[in-house]
Amino acid sequence: MPEDTIAAISTPLGQGGIGIVRISGTQAFPITQKIFFLSKKNTFKIEKKRKILYGFIRDPKTGNTVEEVLVSLMKGPKTYTREDIAEINCHGGFLSLRRVLEIILRCGARLAEPGEFTKRAFLNGRIDLIQAEAIADFIRSKTERSLQMSFRQIKGGLSKEIDGLKQGLKRLIAQVEAGIDHPEDDIKKISKKEIGKELKKLDKGFSDILGTADDGKVLREGIKIGIIGRPNVGKSSLLNRLLDEDRAIVTHIPGTTRDTLEEEININGIPLIIIDTAGIRDTKDFIEKEGVSRSRKVLSDSDLLLLVIDGSERLTAEDKKLLELTKSKKVVIVINKVDLEKNICYNESLCLLKRMDIVQISALKNLGIEALKKKIRDIILKCGLFSGGKEIKISNIRQIELLRKGKEFLSKANEAVVQGLSEEFISHDLILCLESLEQITGKLVRENIIEEIFSQFCLGK
Amino acid sequence: MYNYTKDYDCIIVGAGHAGCEAALACSRMGIKTLLLTISIDSIALMPCNPAIGGLAKGHLVKEIDALGGEMAKVTDKTGIQFKILNKSRGPAVQSPRAQSDKLEYRLEMTRILENQEGLDIKQGIVEEIMVSGKKIKGVRTNIGTVYKSKTVIICTGTFLNGLIHIGLTSFPAGRMVEFPSVGLSQSLSRLGLRLGRLKTGTNPRLDSKSIDFSKTIPQYGDIPPVPFSYFTKKLPQAQVPCFLTYTNKNTHKIILSNLKRSPLYSGKIKGIGPRYCPSIEDKVVRFRDKERHQIFLEPEGRETSEIYANGISTSLPYDVQLKFLRTIDGLENAEIIRPGYAIEYDFVYPDQIKLNLETKSIEGLFLAGQINGTSGYEEAAAQGLMAGINAVLKIKKDKPFILDRSEAYIGVLIDDLVTKGISEPYRMFTSRAEYRLVLRIDNTDQRLMGYGYKFGLISEKNYKIFEKKLKNVAKFKEELLKFDIKKCNITDKPENVTLLQYLKRPEVSLKHILEKIDPKSINLDKYNSDIINQVEIQIKYEGYINRQLWQIDKFKTLENKLIPGNFDYSKITSFCREAKELLMKIRPISIGQASRITGVTPADIDVLMIHLKKNQKCST
Repeated sequence: MPEDTIAAISTPLGQGGIGIVRISGTQAFPITQKIFFLSKKNTFKIEKKRKILYGFIRDPKTGNTVEEVLVSLMKGPKTYTREDIAEINCHGGFLSLRRVLEIILRCGARLAEPGEFTKRAFLNGRIDLIQAEAIADFIRSKTERSLQMSFRQIKGGLSKEIDGLKQGLKRLIAQVEAGIDHPEDDIKKISKKEIGKELKKLDKGFSDILGTADDGKVLREGIKIGIIGRPNVGKSSLLNRLLDEDRAIVTHIPGTTRDTLEEEININGIPLIIIDTAGIRDTKDFIEKEGVSRSRKVLSDSDLLLLVIDGSERLTAEDKKLLELTKSKKVVIVINKVDLEKNICYNESLCLLKRMDIVQISALKNLGIEALKKKIRDIILKCGLFSGGKEIKISNIRQIELLRKGKEFLSKANEAVVQGLSEEFISHDLILCLESLEQITGKLVRENIIEEIFSQFCLGK
Repeated sequence: MYNYTKDYDCIIVGAGHAGCEAALACSRMGIKTLLLTISIDSIALMPCNPAIGGLAKGHLVKEIDALGGEMAKVTDKTGIQFKILNKSRGPAVQSPRAQSDKLEYRLEMTRILENQEGLDIKQGIVEEIMVSGKKIKGVRTNIGTVYKSKTVIICTGTFLNGLIHIGLTSFPAGRMVEFPSVGLSQSLSRLGLRLGRLKTGTNPRLDSKSIDFSKTIPQYGDIPPVPFSYFTKKLPQAQVPCFLTYTNKNTHKIILSNLKRSPLYSGKIKGIGPRYCPSIEDKVVRFRDKERHQIFLEPEGRETSEIYANGISTSLPYDVQLKFLRTIDGLENAEIIRPGYAIEYDFVYPDQIKLNLETKSIEGLFLAGQINGTSGYEEAAAQGLMAGINAVLKIKKDKPFILDRSEAYIGVLIDDLVTKGISEPYRMFTSRAEYRLVLRIDNTDQRLMGYGYKFGLISEKNYKIFEKKLKNVAKFKEELLKFDIKKCNITDKPENVTLLQYLKRPEVSLKHILEKIDPKSINLDKYNSDIINQVEIQIKYEGYINRQLWQIDKFKTLENKLIPGNFDYSKITSFCREAKELLMKIRPISIGQASRITGVTPADIDVLMIHLKKNQKCST
């Protein structure tokens, strides 16, 4: 039975720098052959049942080497899924795993659904009978959770944009289909030129959303985290703690301004750039003048802010000013010095902080640092990322993949228009494009189209 | 009660387009068949428009033809105008349509039925379906005659509890001036089948003598006309034109000011009507800014002066019909021969039948046509043919004959009915077919004639002709692929382009190339235009066809994962309740079918697959 080849990152995200991308299916080896090179000169052949090879992953499109890897090749049926499996061990953490996965997907694999390796293992007879019910539950919950997650990830703005694209596509398909199925009806038929115009608009819509995708950009620039707070609340000790705790300091980049430092660190496999304002001198008019402008700079440069507050003191005017300034940003409020006597008044002052993420730590005594790191990671992985001041609306690889596919179908439809082919050929790819979009939100396509035709046109003799 | 002395293998109730095809299929496949109809005088009657085919419907007729049905042949014989629609578009969305002589159609079909060996035709109103346990026994008529049979196919069209509306007047009828079938509807209910109510409408019929055709636009058929059937060589008959005119603001004003006298808008009609065939009342109300609507004036036949005014289906009162008609160009003095009317009728929710059209609850009871919620002669005929074949297979204890969505529009039709159910009268559109690019009229024989031959509905001789054509298509293609295009004198062709590449351009036609080919290099006499056309399509649209074939491959994978008929859903806890109920109700035969049920999620499909695997393992 022809099953397609699936691939996914099969190690948990953000835990450890090493991770595995797994490919399973008939195309597992051919795809690996396309992207994996033993050295600059040689490719490889697969003759044995199992093999581990050292080499590089190269992007076949650009020819660039993207990652140094170990590849394990296992021939079916003596594998987990009973299909051919290739596992690519990457070292560069979550982002390079993702980069490798994307290359694999571009080479023809499909992103595995949650639990799909296990499903295949079972369906191909690999897993014990007794486990069936448990596996069914497991896969059901995985599928549902991931759907819920991706619904949650499609935040207001993006969901509106995708919806807009869908509506536009549906309208266009209905116009094209009405002409095909009702050639003798007295309706305004859409011309190929108009179709071409609509396609251009839609294509721009796809590009706009995909332009906000985080791939590549995050890899190049990292996610910027700014540490702010008035003097002596413990910003530097927090930074040191974060750096100390994490042994994976990669580089030390001189600050872009005289008074700030940028440290590249790695929290649970996610490369981050911490912008520290520790160097700011304590002057009386700090908040009023210089400080405001600096804080503003950090504010605008950062994707996520850690606002440090001294928990042993009451909130000062400066604290309040900073809270005010960061209102519209993604912020974690870090209440430091919880080892000391608490003087901060939650009810009164921190009502400002409602709906914000709060973590209590002691940088000095190393308390709560893990919780803070987890918080940072959660925000980055789940709640959407921010980069370079521009909001990243889409970070789910499945969604990016579906949007990309949709865009490809659009350009195929456009080819049909350019070649002067008949409408049903144009429609063929438009429907596939709509199906890709519908997969993001999971709705029915064909019924919708017929609905749409009859709501738009007065048809029928 | 009187028990009729002869036992039948199959009884068909109703002699409309579904009933006729069903009766012919059964008797031709060699079983003892009885066709029961309320009126012998209205066999194969066309109560609505005088036309067969049209987009997607023409596909269905071609498919019926390739499977050995009769509709296409009778249409060819009695048609008065033939036209291929969408000629400017690609081959997949071209479809034939014919204007029919209604009387001739009826007589020709009746002739064929009467001359069919093994087929009895009787007049009778069936009032009760007789069962024993969960198995069909036969039928009882209103005068107490009992006919016993191993299978029964019900094709009652609009007759079940039919109720006609003209204005606020209504009366029970099966069609205009025919008895309704009231007892049968109750009998179906008693068997536990859920019934619903639908509505459809007809157009007024006018006297041609009262129409000023000079104010209308004539619409001609194709020259030369192309037949529907693979077995029709020529259409020698003369063609007649139809005429086009339009409604106008005055027409709409009259309609809008009389809505309170419309049974549709006064709330009298409860049944759901089709959106694709709206009444003129609906058109005017729903699309208020549209300034005019088309009316096609279609002759009902060669010999009659009746003209079917297509496009203004209505149930407004007689005087309003007359008043609005007379505002229309060419119809200023129009006389109505028969007013338009709406009819409400019962149907059986089609989720209660299987893909072989047999009811799930009563073994041997089949339903076909409008009773399953469809509309249209072609949709009905297609189901009739399939029900007929499947009734025979049932008796012979053979595997049911089920066409899938990638094989035929018939497959799309039945799968839609059974798997998705209906919410309005169902009509076929090409946009319903996911694999439209391969479900073409030009390859219907390649898709289906093998089945027709297997069931004995396509003769040996005709099948041989088809096989020869297939061979010639392959041969011609091969010759063409070998041919060096440089040898022919085409001026506007760019350098270094192969014939295949050149032919793929939309503006290039194979015929055009062949005209410039040296007759010595390819002997064209061997290949007729049908073969040339077939090869051209295969080459020209190769890319799209291959993409579609790839989709079909994926589709088949899931269709081939079968679910045993006795699969027990009730014990599985991982389903959500809705999915479980749906699966138990519809009882899909494959994972593919299950995945098309609205309300069954991908997660449910995963669960289902895992449990199927578990059951397989248990049994081995």
